[in-house]
Amino acid sequence: MSGNGRDGQDGKDRRDRQGVRDMRDGRIVIVGASLAGLRAAEALRDEGFSGSLTLVGEEPHPPYDRPPLSKQVLLGRVRAQDCGLPARRETDAQWMLGVRATGLDPAGKRVLLGNGDQLPYDRLLIATGTRARPWPDSGEAALDGVFTLRTSDDAGRLAERLESGPRRVLVIGAGFTGSEIASACRERGLEVTVAERGRAPLIGALGATAGAFAATLQRAHGVDLRCEVTVTALRGSGGRLTGAEFSDGSRIDADVAVVALGAVRNTEWLADSGLAAGPRGVACDAGCRAFDMYGIVTDDIFVAGDVARFPHPLFEYQMLALEHWGNAVAQAEVAAHNMVSPATLRRPHLAVPAFWSSQFGLNIKSVGVPTFSDQVVIAQGSPEERRLVAVYGYRGRVTAAVSVNMAKWLDYYRHLIETAAPFPPGPGAADGVAGSEPVPSDVPDPHVLSHGPTVALTGHLPDRRLTLLRPDS
Amino acid sequence: MSADTLFRRISDYANRADPYPLYEELREKKVARQEDGSYLVGTYHEIATLLHDPRISSDRRNRTEPDDTLQGADQLPPAFISVDDPEHERLRSLVMRPFGPPHTPQRIDALHGDITRIAEELAGALRNEDSIDLVDDFAFPLPVTVICRLFGVPHDDVPQIHTWADAIVDSLDPAAGEDPAPRRNAALEARSAMGMYLGELAGKRRGHPTDDMLSALVNDESPQERLTQPELMSSMVLLLIAGHETTVNLITNGMLTLLRNPDALERLRNEPALMPGAVEELLRYEPPVQFLPQRTPLADIEVAGVTIPKGAPLILVLASGNRDPLRFPDPDRFEPAREDNQHFGFGSGIHSCFGAPLARIETQIALNTLLRHPGNPRLLEDPPPYRRSPVLRGPRHLPIAYT
Repeated sequence: MSGNGRDGQDGKDRRDRQGVRDMRDGRIVIVGASLAGLRAAEALRDEGFSGSLTLVGEEPHPPYDRPPLSKQVLLGRVRAQDCGLPARRETDAQWMLGVRATGLDPAGKRVLLGNGDQLPYDRLLIATGTRARPWPDSGEAALDGVFTLRTSDDAGRLAERLESGPRRVLVIGAGFTGSEIASACRERGLEVTVAERGRAPLIGALGATAGAFAATLQRAHGVDLRCEVTVTALRGSGGRLTGAEFSDGSRIDADVAVVALGAVRNTEWLADSGLAAGPRGVACDAGCRAFDMYGIVTDDIFVAGDVARFPHPLFEYQMLALEHWGNAVAQAEVAAHNMVSPATLRRPHLAVPAFWSSQFGLNIKSVGVPTFSDQVVIAQGSPEERRLVAVYGYRGRVTAAVSVNMAKWLDYYRHLIETAAPFPPGPGAADGVAGSEPVPSDVPDPHVLSHGPTVALTGHLPDRRLTLLRPDS
Repeated sequence: MSADTLFRRISDYANRADPYPLYEELREKKVARQEDGSYLVGTYHEIATLLHDPRISSDRRNRTEPDDTLQGADQLPPAFISVDDPEHERLRSLVMRPFGPPHTPQRIDALHGDITRIAEELAGALRNEDSIDLVDDFAFPLPVTVICRLFGVPHDDVPQIHTWADAIVDSLDPAAGEDPAPRRNAALEARSAMGMYLGELAGKRRGHPTDDMLSALVNDESPQERLTQPELMSSMVLLLIAGHETTVNLITNGMLTLLRNPDALERLRNEPALMPGAVEELLRYEPPVQFLPQRTPLADIEVAGVTIPKGAPLILVLASGNRDPLRFPDPDRFEPAREDNQHFGFGSGIHSCFGAPLARIETQIALNTLLRHPGNPRLLEDPPPYRRSPVLRGPRHLPIAYT
C-alpha cells in the first residue's frame, strides 16, 4: 500500500514537472507594448519561458514611461523621446511595433492584425491599456491648440506649444493629469484656467474633503479654478483655438486647451471575441485569467495593466480597474508567472493599489483605494504644515491612506490596510495633531455597490500570500 | 512573560564574535521582555512594521524613565537621529540639501575618484608587507579621510577628530556592572569640543565658499530656513561620527567574511562588477549597526501578541531580522548574488541611514581595491579581537598575512 502511495506521489511530481516543461515552451503573444507588456515579457523569461514571444504595439515607439509626460516633459526638463523604459533583461522577443490588433479569435487561437496578418498563439496576454478620452465634438477637437495627453507624441507636441508661451491655457478636467498639467503651466509662469465638473479637483480619486484642500492649493498657486462648470464649446477662428464657453454662461480667451477627461480602455478590438470586454475593461480573475462573456474563466488568455478589471478581496471582491504604474508592473508579473505555471503553483494578484503624483510643489502618494471609504482622518501632520497623512476608513477598518510630502510613512498604512486594521488608527503618532477627528470622506458610498465579508491579507512572500476572513467587529 | 537575560548576554563581550545564536533564540520568542523592563524584537516583519510605525519614537525623552545619556547636558540640541517628525524631517532635509538628491545629486558621485585614489594609496603602502592589520592600516583611515574631505576638515586636524569620535562612541555601549559616569563625561566633553571645532570651521566658510559640504551648508541659497548654529554643530557631529565608525566595520566585516568564504572571494576577484550586490549581502549578513537601542513606543503597542507599554525601552535587533529564515532563504549563508535582499543594514523608515550612498561606494571601492592586492590573503586570527561595542560591532584588529 505504501508503495502505491509513493508511486502516486511520484506520478504527481512527474506530471507536475512535465506540466512545467510544457508551459515553458510554445508561443506567447502579448498585445500591448507598454509598461505591462514589457514587464510581462521580462518576467516570462525570468520564469524560464523558452518558447517564442511576440509583442504587438500600436505605437511606433519602444515602451516608454508615462508618469514624466505630465511632469518633467511639460516643464521642458526632459524631452518626450527620452522617456524610454529601461530594459531589465534581454527578452529575446519579436517586437511588432506600429501594428494594431484588430480582432481576436479565441477558438482558432489567433490575433488579427491591422496589416491583415494573423498571429497564432498558445497563450495570450492582453495589455492594451487605455487612451485619452477625446473631446466629444470632433470639429472642435481638430482646432489647432486643442490637445490631449496620453502618448509620448502628445507630450512632445504639448511641451513645444507651452514653450512657445501661450497667453492662456485651458485645462478641461481636474483629475490627476489635469492638475499636473495646470501645475506645470504655473511653474512655467503661464496663465491657466481649470474647468472641473465636480465640486473640487481630485474629487473622483480622493473624495471631496481632500478635494477642498486641492482647490485651495491650486488657487494659492494662481490657477483660475472653476468648479461645477462644464465647457460647452471650444471657439476657434481660422482653424485655431481662440477660447471657450462654460455652462455658467462665462467665456474665456485661450490659445491652448488640454482635454483631460480621463481614459478610454482599448477594448474595441475584442468586441467580437466573446470575452467579457467592454468600456470598463476586460474582466479577469485574481490570477489574471480573462473571463468570457458568460463569466466562465479562460485558461489561455490573460490580462494585465490598465485594461484589466479584477476582483480584489480587500475591497469586497469589487472588480477594480486601476490606472496605476505600480499595478501594471505587479499584475504583469503575476500574469507572466501564471502563464507558465501549472494550476497548483499559480498566484493571486493581491498587491495593494498605490499611485503618486507631484503637483504645485507637493509629493502626493496613495495606498489602498481612497474612494472605498466613508470617513477620513488626518493621522499625521496638518495642511498648515504642507505635510500630512490622511487615513481613509470604511465601516470601521482602514482602507486607504494618502500622504502629502510624507511618503516614507505609507508602508505603515499599507500594513494596516492589508491587515484590515480598525479605523480610526490609534493615537500616539509623534507628529499627530491632537483633536484630529474623522470626518466624512464624501465619496459615493461603496456600500451601495456591493456587500461582502471583511478580508485581510496574510503572508509576506509572493507564493505564500493568502487571504483570511475576519469576523465583522 | 517572564523576564530574561538575553540582552545582557548579547551585550556580554564574550559573545561579541558570534552573537547570532543569541539572535536565533530571540527570534523564537519574537518579543523578549528583559529583566530591566526593556523589550527586544528580532524577527524581520515585526521589526519592519515597528520601523515604519509613527507611534515609535526615537527620542529618549519619551521614556518613562528618561535616559538622556548625551542629550542636553552639553548645550547642543539633539541631532536628527534622536528626535521625531516633524523636527526630525526639518533638520534632516536641511542637512540633506548639500549632500544628496534632489538638490545635490552629484555630491557622492563626485567623490568616486577621491575615494579610489585614497584606497589605492593606502593599499599601495601595504604592497611590500607580509602581514597587515586591516583595521589600522586600511579600513579605519579610508572612511575618516573621506568624510573629512567631504566636510572640508584640514588634513592636520583629522587625528583630533578621531580622538573625539572614539570618546563619543565609547559611551554608547551599554556596559553591564560598570559606572557609566566617567565614559559619559568624557563623551560629553568630546561632543562639545567637536561641535565647537566644526562650528568654528563653518564660521570660516561663511562668506568664503569652498567646494565642501560644510561650506554649502552655510552658504547655499535655501528657500527654507537655515540651521541655527547649535543645530549645525550637533548635526555635523552626528554625521562625522556616523560616517566614520560604521564604515570601518562594514569594510572590516566585509574582508573577514570574504576570507571565511574563499569561493565568494575568488568569484568577486574575477568579477568586480558583482561587488555592489555583494556589499548589500554584507549589510545583511554582518551589519555594522547590530541593533537600534533608542526606540520608545508613544502608546501601548501590540507586537506578535505582546503588548509593549508606552514609555518602555524598545530595542530593534536589526542583525537578527537580517537572519530571519521567514524572510531570507538560507539566512546564515553568505550569498553575494542573493536576490530580493531588502536588508536592515541601513535600517528602514524615516531614520534610514543618511549616509548610505557614501557607505555603499566606499565599501565597494575598498573591497575591490583589497581584492586587487597581489598575493593570497589569509586570516591570522579567527575570530579576530573585537571592539567593545555590541551595537557598532566589528573587529578591533584584523591581522592578515599575504603569501
